[in-house]
Amino acid sequence: MQERLKELQTEALEKISQTSDLKELNDIRVSYLGKKGPITEVLKGMGKLSAEERPKMGALANEVRDAIAAGIEEKQKHLEEAAVHEKLAAEKIDVTLPGRPVKTGNHHPLTRIIEEIEDLFIGMGYTVAEGPEVEKDYYNFEALNLPKDHPARDMQDSFYITEETLLRTQTSPVQARTMEKHDGKGPVKIICPGKVFRRDNDDATHSHQFMQIEGLVVGENIRMTDLKGTLEVFAKKLFGEDREIRMRPSFFPFTEPSVEVDVSCFKCGGKGCNICKKTGWIEILGSGMVHPNVLEMSGFDSKKYSGFAFGMGVERIAMLKYGVEDIRHFYTNDVRFLNNFQVHE
Amino acid sequence: MYVSYKWLQEYVDLSGVSPEELAEKITKSGIEVEGVETLNEGISGVVVGYVQEREQHPNADKLNKCLVDIGAEEPVQIICGAANVDKGQKVAVATVGAVLPGNFKIKKAKLRGEESHGMICSLQELGFESKLVAKEFAEGIYNFPQDTEVGLDALEQLHRDDQVLELGLTPNRADCLSMLGVAYEVAAILGKEVKFPVSEVETSSEKAADYIQVTVDAKEDNPLYVAKVIKNVKIGPSPLWMQARLTAAGIRPHNNVVDITNYILLEYGQPLHAFDYDRLDSKEILVRRAKDGEEIITLDDAKRKLTTDHLVITNGENPIALAGVMGGANSEVQADTTNVLLESAYFIGGPVRKASRDHGLRSEASARYEKGVDPNRVRAAAERAAQLLAEYADGEVLEGSVEADSLSVEPAVVSVTLEKINRVLGTDLNMKDVEDIFSRLQFETATDNGTIIVTVPTRRGDITIEEDLIEEVGRLFGYNNLASTLPIGSATPGHLTPYQNKRRMVRHYLEGAGLYQAVTYSLTNESKAAQYALEKREPVRLAMPMSEDRSVLRLSIIPQLLEVLKYNTARQNDSLAVYETGAVFLANGSDELPEEREHLAGAVTGLWHSHLWQGEKKPVDFFVVKGILEGLFEKLGISSAVEFRQSEKEGMHPGRTAEIYLSGTSVGFIGQTHPTVEKEYDLKETYAFELSLKAILEADVPPLQYVAIPRFPSITRDIALVVDKEKAAGELESIIKEAGGALLKEVQVFDLYEGERMEPGKKSIAFSLKYFDPDRTLTDEEVVKAHDIVLNAVKEKAGAVLRG
Ligand SMILES: [Zn+2]
Repeated sequence: MQERLKELQTEALEKISQTSDLKELNDIRVSYLGKKGPITEVLKGMGKLSAEERPKMGALANEVRDAIAAGIEEKQKHLEEAAVHEKLAAEKIDVTLPGRPVKTGNHHPLTRIIEEIEDLFIGMGYTVAEGPEVEKDYYNFEALNLPKDHPARDMQDSFYITEETLLRTQTSPVQARTMEKHDGKGPVKIICPGKVFRRDNDDATHSHQFMQIEGLVVGENIRMTDLKGTLEVFAKKLFGEDREIRMRPSFFPFTEPSVEVDVSCFKCGGKGCNICKKTGWIEILGSGMVHPNVLEMSGFDSKKYSGFAFGMGVERIAMLKYGVEDIRHFYTNDVRFLNNFQVHE
Repeated sequence: MYVSYKWLQEYVDLSGVSPEELAEKITKSGIEVEGVETLNEGISGVVVGYVQEREQHPNADKLNKCLVDIGAEEPVQIICGAANVDKGQKVAVATVGAVLPGNFKIKKAKLRGEESHGMICSLQELGFESKLVAKEFAEGIYNFPQDTEVGLDALEQLHRDDQVLELGLTPNRADCLSMLGVAYEVAAILGKEVKFPVSEVETSSEKAADYIQVTVDAKEDNPLYVAKVIKNVKIGPSPLWMQARLTAAGIRPHNNVVDITNYILLEYGQPLHAFDYDRLDSKEILVRRAKDGEEIITLDDAKRKLTTDHLVITNGENPIALAGVMGGANSEVQADTTNVLLESAYFIGGPVRKASRDHGLRSEASARYEKGVDPNRVRAAAERAAQLLAEYADGEVLEGSVEADSLSVEPAVVSVTLEKINRVLGTDLNMKDVEDIFSRLQFETATDNGTIIVTVPTRRGDITIEEDLIEEVGRLFGYNNLASTLPIGSATPGHLTPYQNKRRMVRHYLEGAGLYQAVTYSLTNESKAAQYALEKREPVRLAMPMSEDRSVLRLSIIPQLLEVLKYNTARQNDSLAVYETGAVFLANGSDELPEEREHLAGAVTGLWHSHLWQGEKKPVDFFVVKGILEGLFEKLGISSAVEFRQSEKEGMHPGRTAEIYLSGTSVGFIGQTHPTVEKEYDLKETYAFELSLKAILEADVPPLQYVAIPRFPSITRDIALVVDKEKAAGELESIIKEAGGALLKEVQVFDLYEGERMEPGKKSIAFSLKYFDPDRTLTDEEVVKAHDIVLNAVKEKAGAVLRG
C-alpha cells in the first residue's frame, strides 16, 4: 500500500511536469485528488491494516496528496505566467509611431509681449487701463500739450474721422482719461496697451495700425531717477539680466524733460552687430517726466504732483526680441508665423 | 539739418574732436545725430584738368576726343560723351587708376578705336545728388572757374574733403536750424566759446530810404520788416566754398545773390529774400493779408490762388511774394538783375504754416518761420547778407535799412529753485553745478536764495517754463549720471480687472481648444465692414482714407478672419482655426465718438482633426464649434443662461446657423458660412462665430459656491421620443427640464435617429434623464411619478410619442 501511494505520487508528478495546458492540469487534479481518485481508492483498503499502521498510512496519504497539490499549484502558476507573457508579447506596439495630436493654438506674439509687460508692471503695483481706439482730438492731442497748431502734430499724421475725432495715434489719451478720473488725487500707476493708427503706407517697417504700450506714474515726489530705475527693471525682465539702459535727451510734447531710452544690444552685448547697427545700443522707448501742462489739464496740481511716463511700440519689441524682419507678419497671421510662438518660456 | 564739420569749425574750436566723436557727444546731450557722411568717401585720383583741344570722335557722332592737361608731363587723350565739353574748360578728370563712388575703377580704355586715358566727370559721378547740382551742369560735365589750378585734387577744390552730420531735430529745437544755433549747442557741450561772423561793409552815400518805402498793414503777422537796397550787383556764380556749403546742407546753388540769401538762412536761421528792385514796378513794399481770389505766380511758375488767410508782400498793389514761403516770379532775381532789394523779416508762424499747407509748398524758409526764428537776428542777418553781396556780387550797399518795426523783443525770464531741480531729477546738485551749466549755454543767470533766475536768449524760444530749465540742466549734467531708484510712496495693489482676467481666460481656453489668436486691421472696406455685423449700424468712415480697402472701421471681425483663412489656404494651409478679440465700431453721428464694443470672433475651416496612420480624419462641423463655445460658456458660468436658436443670417448657411441668446438677449451667432462666401474666399466648409465679448464677460454670475458631492444614488431613465423632424432637440430638452421638477438633475441627448425605419417626416431622439435628491435615496414610486409628468409634458407640448 505504501508502495502504491509512492507510485501514485511519482506518476502524478510526472504527468504534471509533462503537461503544458491549464485544462489538462485541471484534469490531473480531478483524477488524482478527486473523491473517486486513486488515492481515495487506495485508502479504502486501510481497513485491513493494523491499528498501529493506520495513522501512519493516513499521514503518508496526506503527504502524497499535498505533494501532488503543490506540484499542480506550482505548475499552474507557471502556466498562467507563461500565458500572460504570451498575451503581452502579442500586444507589442511600435512606440515610435506618432501620437494622436492634441492641437492647440497660441497667443499672437503681440499679445504675448503685452501680457509679459502687463504682468511685470502688475507685480510692481500697476493696473491695466484701456481706452477707445477712436478718440477725441482733445484727448489725443490737446490734453497732451499738443494744441491745434503745434508743429509736433506733423510728427504723427493721423486718420481723422471728423474735425474733432480721429483714430488715436498713441495710447497716451488713456493716460489723460485716467488722470482726469483720478480727480487730482494720486497715486496713479497704470500701464496702457492698445492699438494705434498712423497714416503710413504698409511696408516691412511701417504699419498703418500697430500696438503701443505706455506706462504712467503720478505721485508726490516722483523723480527722474525713479523712471530710470523702473525702466532698468523692465529692460532686464524683457531682454535679459545683463542688459543696461541709456537715456538720451529727446522731445515729446507731453513730457519735460523727455528722453529716449536705448537698451544695450542683447545680441552682441554692446560690441556692435547688425541688429544694433554697430552702436551696441538699441532704441526701445520714449519717456520723460510728465509735462506740468498735462498734469494741470488733467486736474493735478503740478506744484504738488510729478510723474513719469514711457511708451513703446509692441511690434518693435517683438521684432527685436524674436528677430522678426517684417512688421506685416503680425497682421497677415500666416499660421507658419503664428506657430513660432507655441513655446512657453 | 545737415551740418558741415568744416563750416562749424569757423564758429567753434573743434580741435581734438573728430566728426564721429562730436556726433556721439551731440547725441548724448539731446540732438540725435542720425548719420555722419564723408563727402569724398570712396573717391580718389580725380584732378583738375584743362581741355586743350576738343574734336569730334572720328567714328562716333556723340563722342568727343579731347586732349587734356592734367598737370602731368604730357597731356592725355580722353574720350568724353558729354555734350557740353569744350576746349578751354577747366574740368574734373578721373585719371587712370582713379576710383569713383561704387568702387568704379578708371582704366585705360579704347572707345571706338580711340584711346582714352581717364574720364571727364560730372558732379553726379563724383557723388553729388542730382538735385543739388547747379542747373547749368545738371546735364553734363562740371566746369571749374578759370582761375583753378590744373593738377590739384578736384574734390578738395570742390571742398568735398568734409564730413556732414545729419541732425534729427525735434520740433522744439528750431534754434539748431542754423549753424550759429548748432555752434551754441556744440560750444555748451564742449565748454567752448562761440565765434561770431563779422559784418562790416562800406556803404555808399545814397540812402536806402530814398529808394524804398516799407509799410506793414498786417502787423500781427509781421512785426518786423527790414529792407536793404544793394545796387549794381553782378550776377554770376558764387564762390566754390559757398556753393560747397550750400550743397552739403542740401541746397542747390543758383547764382551769387540767391546763394548768399540761402547762405545766411543756413548761418543765422533767418530766411531772406532778394527781389529784383527794377522789377518791383514801384518804390514801395506793402505787407498785407491777401484778398480772397487774389493770385500770384510763384518762383516755381505755379499760379497760386490766395485767400485772406495768406500773408503777401506787395509792391503797394500786387503780390510779389508769398510771405515767408516763396517769392513771386514777377520780381525774381535774374541774370540781368543789377539792383537788389533785400528782405529780412520776422513773420509769425501761423499764416506761413497755413500758406505752406494750402499750397503744398514747404521751403527752407517756411520750415524755419513755422517753428519760429530768433527776432534778434533779423537785422544782423540783413547786415551780413549785405556784406557778402558787396564782397561776392560787387554790390554797392546803400546806407541804412528801411524798417517797419512793431516788434517788442523781451527775452523770457524763467526761474527755478535748486530744490526743484534736484527733486525732479533725483539729483544732488549744488548751486555752482547749475550755474556752470547755464553759463556753458550762455544763459544769463542771477541767484536769489536758492532760486536761479535765468534770462533766456531769444534764440531759445523753446524755453518758457521751469521744467524746460530742468531739462537743460539734466541733459548737460548727463542722464547717464543719474542714479536708479524706484518710486516711493503709498503702496498700490497691482491687478487685472475681472473683465481683463476673464478675457485672458477666454484666450487661453480657445487656444487650448485649438484656435490660434489672430490680430487683424480695424480698417477695412465698405462692403466688408458690416457684412456680419451683430447690429446693423452705419460704419465709421475716415475723412481722408489712404485707400478704399482701409476706409471704414469694421462692424464685425469675421470678414477679417475669413481673409486670414483665405491667406493661409492659398499657402497650402487649408485647415485652420483662428479667433480674435477686438473692438468693432458703431457710428454715433457727427462729432460723437462711435460706440466701441469688444467682440470675440472665430473661424474654423477644413479638417478639424486628423491622425492619418490610424485612419482618423474629421472635417470641422457645426457641433465642433458649438462644443467649443459651450465649453467656454461653462467656464464663464453662464451655460444655463445660454440658448442656441435656429436662425438665418446674411452670409451664413440658412440651415446651419444659430443665434446665441444670453438670458433672452441675442449676444451673437454661430454657423456655417454661406457656400457662396466660401467660394469667394476659396475656402473649404467653414464655420464661424461672433459674440459680444462684453456681454458674455459682464453677465451676472453668482459667486462661486461649493456644491456637496451627492451621497445618495441617482436613478437614470432613458426615453426615446418620436417627433416631427422640424422639432428642435433644444425645445424638447426645455420641456423635459421644466416638467422634471426639482428631482430631475441632468438631461442628455444620447441618440438621434432619422433613418428609413422612421415614418416620413419623423425622427427619434433619445434622452437620458437622471433623478436624484441630495438628501435621501429616492423611491421607485417617486421617480415613476416625476417621470410620468415628463412623458405627459412632451406628449402634450411637442406631440412626442414614446418609441416602443
Ligand atoms: Zn549688437
